[in-house]
Amino acid sequence: MKVGIVSYGAYVPRYRITPDEIGKVWGVDGKAMGKGLMIFSKSVPSPDEDTITIAVESARNMMRRCDVHPKDIGALYVGSESHPYAVKPSGTIVAEAIEASPDLMVADFEFACKAGTAAIQTCMGLVGAGLVKYGVAIGADTSQGAPGDALEYSASAGGAAFLIGSEKIIATLDHTYSYTTDTPDFWRREGQMYPRHGGRFTGEPAYFKHVMSGAKGLMERNKTAPKDYTHAVFHQPNGKFPTRVAKQLGFTDGQVKTGLVVPHIGNTYSGAVPLGLSAILDEAKPGDRIFAVAYGSGAGSDAFDITVTEEMKDFRRDRAPTVKELIANPKFLDYATYAKFRGKIILGSE
Amino acid sequence: MTMRRVAIIGVGDTEFGELWDASFREIGIKAGLAAVASANITADKIDAVYVGNMSAGRFIEQEHIGALIADYSGLARDHIPATRIEAAGASGGLALRQGFMAVASELHDIVVVGGAEKMTDVSDVESAMIQSSAADQEWETVLGATFPSLHALIAHRHMHEHGTTRDQLADVAVKNHKNGSLNPKAQFQREIKRETVLGSPMVASPLRVFDCAPSSDGAAAVVLCPLDHAKNYTEMPIEILGSGQASDTLALHHRKDICTMEATKVAAARAFKMAGLSQKDVDIAEVHDNFTISEILAIEDLGFFKKGEGGKATEEGRTSLGGDIAVNTSGGLKARGDPIGATGLAQAVEIVTQLRGGAGKRQVKDASVGLTHNVGGTGATVVVHLFRRV
Amino acid sequence: MATAPRYWRENPSRYNMYGIKCNSCGRCFFPPRVICPVCHRKSVGKMETIKLKGEGRIFSLSEVHEGLEELSLQRPYVLAMVELDEGPKVTGQVIDCDPCDMKIGTKVRVTLRKLSEEGPSGVIHYGYKFIPVPENAP
Repeated sequence: MKVGIVSYGAYVPRYRITPDEIGKVWGVDGKAMGKGLMIFSKSVPSPDEDTITIAVESARNMMRRCDVHPKDIGALYVGSESHPYAVKPSGTIVAEAIEASPDLMVADFEFACKAGTAAIQTCMGLVGAGLVKYGVAIGADTSQGAPGDALEYSASAGGAAFLIGSEKIIATLDHTYSYTTDTPDFWRREGQMYPRHGGRFTGEPAYFKHVMSGAKGLMERNKTAPKDYTHAVFHQPNGKFPTRVAKQLGFTDGQVKTGLVVPHIGNTYSGAVPLGLSAILDEAKPGDRIFAVAYGSGAGSDAFDITVTEEMKDFRRDRAPTVKELIANPKFLDYATYAKFRGKIILGSE
Repeated sequence: MTMRRVAIIGVGDTEFGELWDASFREIGIKAGLAAVASANITADKIDAVYVGNMSAGRFIEQEHIGALIADYSGLARDHIPATRIEAAGASGGLALRQGFMAVASELHDIVVVGGAEKMTDVSDVESAMIQSSAADQEWETVLGATFPSLHALIAHRHMHEHGTTRDQLADVAVKNHKNGSLNPKAQFQREIKRETVLGSPMVASPLRVFDCAPSSDGAAAVVLCPLDHAKNYTEMPIEILGSGQASDTLALHHRKDICTMEATKVAAARAFKMAGLSQKDVDIAEVHDNFTISEILAIEDLGFFKKGEGGKATEEGRTSLGGDIAVNTSGGLKARGDPIGATGLAQAVEIVTQLRGGAGKRQVKDASVGLTHNVGGTGATVVVHLFRRV
Repeated sequence: MATAPRYWRENPSRYNMYGIKCNSCGRCFFPPRVICPVCHRKSVGKMETIKLKGEGRIFSLSEVHEGLEELSLQRPYVLAMVELDEGPKVTGQVIDCDPCDMKIGTKVRVTLRKLSEEGPSGVIHYGYKFIPVPENAP
């Protein structure tokens, strides 16, 4: 049975802040920082937004584009590293908000930045095994970087949702492969507000090793090469890492261009590859092949081999905003407002 | 059905303001004792007590206010019936109506009706939350509305539909402060100018701080008696000629027209019908100006001015002390103060005082018929009473 | 100070704009109610749950400076009374907008946002807020 993406939807908050603005406060050349990261602005969630509201809007955009009845959804998973509750799943609220409740399986996923793609793999399995008719996989985050830390320039908010099924597929999920090891490159302990990371340890032994291994592993097992693909998207914690790994693997700038969303919205963590994939699907044509590799610290990569079908011609993409449309009307903030919005100011208590 | 005619034979009130040294029970008793003394009656003559109070449960964590007032006024030992009435801002006016009904129906003869509220024992934040429980908690407050912001929605729409201006709203506050400066018991006794209002901090556009009545502590009370016996107690009884009450939807967004408080129109019609009077008979009115826009709606919906002309009428001085009808000579809720449960009774005290010729510098010449208008929430309960010098 | 069950009970209407229609007179109401205020007893057994689209226009609005504690991070915020396409009016916050651009008549649609939370360890409450949409939106 063929399994694939039946619909998708994305959401990015409206507010932005520039690395320059952040740098001013910490005595850092923010402009240079931004240039080095290839990030010109990052998205900032409003005080009334969180991973759940982002997941809901993404899922609602996904439902707007298809005619699937929400009661036919048999499973829904939200992957994030900023779930609003440590205990009480984001997924139950999203399921109610799209009226899929109560006859479905729900759980929340965590695997740093690849929790959303792990959810896609799970849905592929459930649909493929005939256990559910449709599954929803969402990657969404409102991640924080510690004030003054390098991550503060990139950690942002956003998400995307995918409806996985076996009928009216707009893009088949032909193959998936994951490469997983115990590598402590970036982590956050329970109860801590900000993550910590191993500095340069997050590069070669972490991101690059796992993304390369995931990518090569997928291509070896399915006898494909970079030239077989129209588009490629890699996890994008900044603009430099995915560009470099693409080159190292043999992909061209032209292949990665469409899926590279980080320069304007920053690193949306579990939303990163989902948003990049959404941006690609916004423009993909029937027959296009897509290569996607997500990376999650801790560490692991999820690689996907996707083919856009003829069904894409009839897909009602216009019923919800594209990624380009979502990020078209930003509102820039100063650091003080950003700090207020993100709860970085200690407030008084009653 | 003929009802027995009812008169007010005594009145009493405290000053209104931030009364740090006085507790709720002290304030309530003070007003009641003053009213009883002014009525020349003794405790054994009192048949029942009615108390208007909006939210003692949240302001001072005390319910069962009827029993508390009976107890601390010394009447509980005689086991008189004591009832607390609640209708948000209209609690006082509604308590007056219950007392009126008790005497008119011949169930009781002498009845004391009081209203009291102690608002300053909680923080401003808490006080605002308590006041907003007069609106629809689930569908207005939870979604972001505060009590002032709901009135701001009314003001904005009234300006849009009827051309009422920001200056005309300010004129309500200027007039009421002027009147308040002539009232020794008023919370605010200084005159203000239009600029004072327009330059005050924004609360919810277009309403600013000076468009909004203050939080206050205070109490007021009246003594009711059958008209037939009234002259046994006082030379100047004032008859309650008419009483009207009406309800409307709790949430402002469910009203037919948010620029009109229909409950005001209906309550007024019922009171005028009972009294056999009409608007032109009224010399003086105490209306519910918790916000400047509320007085504009009130004078339109009570029928003194056409819909949409309340602002102009105020601007032209037609509701000032020397005008066509003197509105809020006490200073209104804005300047006299607004201890929520007491307000409806304070309005009655002002009317009685005026009709008896005892209002000093703010006296309306030859006042013989007065009206009180008391509102709960954004207009979900309205109580109107008409009074005449006997 | 609120309780979890009190909010949870209203989720169908707060998340998904569920209202009610009186099949005796055809009027729509939001939130749902047990009987029609116009038809009274005639409406018993004839009330039908309906889902409102959540689209409408601003009927009145105010920029709130002294507002709810829960919304203090967004002060000042825009509060509006919105007339939904199906007829009922509702009250709610307008967000992701430039307050000076919001006017009586502006077209809006609902979106799900956090309404409040019962402190850092309490339940988070979600519900509808409004965002402006372009005049020619589909």
